[in-house]
Amino acid sequence: MSKAGWSTLELMAVAAAREIANGEVVFAGTGLPMLAALLAQHTHAPESNIVFEAGSIDPRMQQLPMSVGDSRTLLKAAQAGGLFEVFNYVLQGGRVDVGFLGGAQIDRYGNLNSTAIGTDPRRPEVRLPGSGGSADLAALSKRTVIIARHERRRLPERVDYCTSPGWLSGGRSREEAGIRGGGPAALVTTMAVIRYRADSHEPYLSSYHPGFSPAQVQSQTGFKLDLADAIETPAPTPQELAILRNTVDPERIFLG
Amino acid sequence: MTVNTKVIGLEEAAALVPSGASVSIGGFTSQRHPSALLRALVRKGVRDLTIYYHSAGSDVDLLIGAGCVRRLEGAYLADGVFAPIAPNFRRHVQQGRLEVEDYSNAAMMARFAAGAMGLPFLPTRSMLGTDMVDEVPADRTPGRTAAGTPKKFVAHCPFSGDKVVLVPAIRTDFCLLHVQQASAQGLVRIEGQEFLDVQQALSADSVIVTCEELVDDDHLRLEPERNRIPPFAVQAVVPARFGAHPHSVHNHYDYDPDHLGAYDSAARSDETFAHYLETFVFGPADHCAYLDAIGGLRRLDQLRPKRGLGYNPDLRRKDRGTQ
Repeated sequence: MSKAGWSTLELMAVAAAREIANGEVVFAGTGLPMLAALLAQHTHAPESNIVFEAGSIDPRMQQLPMSVGDSRTLLKAAQAGGLFEVFNYVLQGGRVDVGFLGGAQIDRYGNLNSTAIGTDPRRPEVRLPGSGGSADLAALSKRTVIIARHERRRLPERVDYCTSPGWLSGGRSREEAGIRGGGPAALVTTMAVIRYRADSHEPYLSSYHPGFSPAQVQSQTGFKLDLADAIETPAPTPQELAILRNTVDPERIFLG
Repeated sequence: MTVNTKVIGLEEAAALVPSGASVSIGGFTSQRHPSALLRALVRKGVRDLTIYYHSAGSDVDLLIGAGCVRRLEGAYLADGVFAPIAPNFRRHVQQGRLEVEDYSNAAMMARFAAGAMGLPFLPTRSMLGTDMVDEVPADRTPGRTAAGTPKKFVAHCPFSGDKVVLVPAIRTDFCLLHVQQASAQGLVRIEGQEFLDVQQALSADSVIVTCEELVDDDHLRLEPERNRIPPFAVQAVVPARFGAHPHSVHNHYDYDPDHLGAYDSAARSDETFAHYLETFVFGPADHCAYLDAIGGLRRLDQLRPKRGLGYNPDLRRKDRGTQ
């Protein structure tokens, strides 16, 4: 908890929620993305729809799920199907506006690694859980928002293993690979919000969280950031904080 | 009306699965796995399984930790918040004790669906530009893995010219499912999310279903639109109440945060996991003794869902292990 009266996780959840527009279809994974999606529904985006890859479509949840397959994702859902319906008809069918992603490594162009750290993926230094739906969301959502802890080793120039495609090597490389969906719009971290320039898809510092300077953010980032347009991340409002704490995560499962 | 019954016991069902078999397991991370049957498989000492999975949790991780698995093909192995990386999986892969071939969930969905439909492959628009597709070394014929099985590769659609990834169908020897209701004749009723159970079942030569309740066949025939697997695809039905514990079964019981937390801790080393196996798999004489070992009716009562919700809203989920 900062002197300002909110924690980094709360600020991140609020910043991520603000990436969601009213009426959008949101594909959310476990953790902070769920906080962001629910907070958005309770504030500026009441008509957004949440989709979970395990099969639940547009529920009215009362409790945070521990995973995307949790029974809690089913409460008053519009539909309960399975992976077949969600991946084919919702995601590959082009109906997801914003997909939330996370990974152990995120590189300069927003490519993610959630498979293996090290030079040989068959004998990795650290084996991670694997793609799950991450690669699918990264390829097929109209845009993605990435959430990550901001540490230099987690933000290298190039990921050890590309599990989920971002802007690949920048420029037109994503389009040339044949990928349909839109690519990363924002990377929300514990220090900053990073976005990507049109056409070149080079990363730039969009905002730095209160308490940090642009130079501090750059020093904790393994690739070069354009700092020219950076502003301070707007603080959470009392209303956003109240909803986050009292309605979205009163058990403090993800807020800690 | 036939009176043939497919009902057998847990140990009898485990005896059907030989070492070296290819297997897929129903459920999703911490939900609706046939855990009692998996414990029976471990007790029987099955070895060298090839497991096909999409979003597995401590179901597949248990088999890995017990030394039952030789090769994995799939997308994700973790127990949600309870275990962000499946611990036995992580350690065994890092130590080079296990072969893994990585796919995305959409790709595994397409692979099981292709197998279920009798097709040799399906295209997906996912995985383009990722290292999951770029794994084929230049000196090997594209389309084959080291193990000689068919492999994904990039192709152009003959109609549109679009790039797609072709993924090979999966046909397994066995699919093991846990569901809410089944009849002795092999009708299956799943409540809540289906996950990928239907496609996994229909891409297997033999389907073994464990169930919370054995119900009358005619009862399930009152609402045939809710039955998604044809009974002639099911080989065996095994009544196993609380058979998914420590995982959840929608409308029947919640996941057990205490046990999943203890599992995550125990599975982080071979020594502590051996103790876990002794306590919860080899020690208890049968499934009922297992349920006593995890806290008996006192614990199971705490997992009971509230009617109309399908889960227990009062379950203590944080600070696990202190309840």
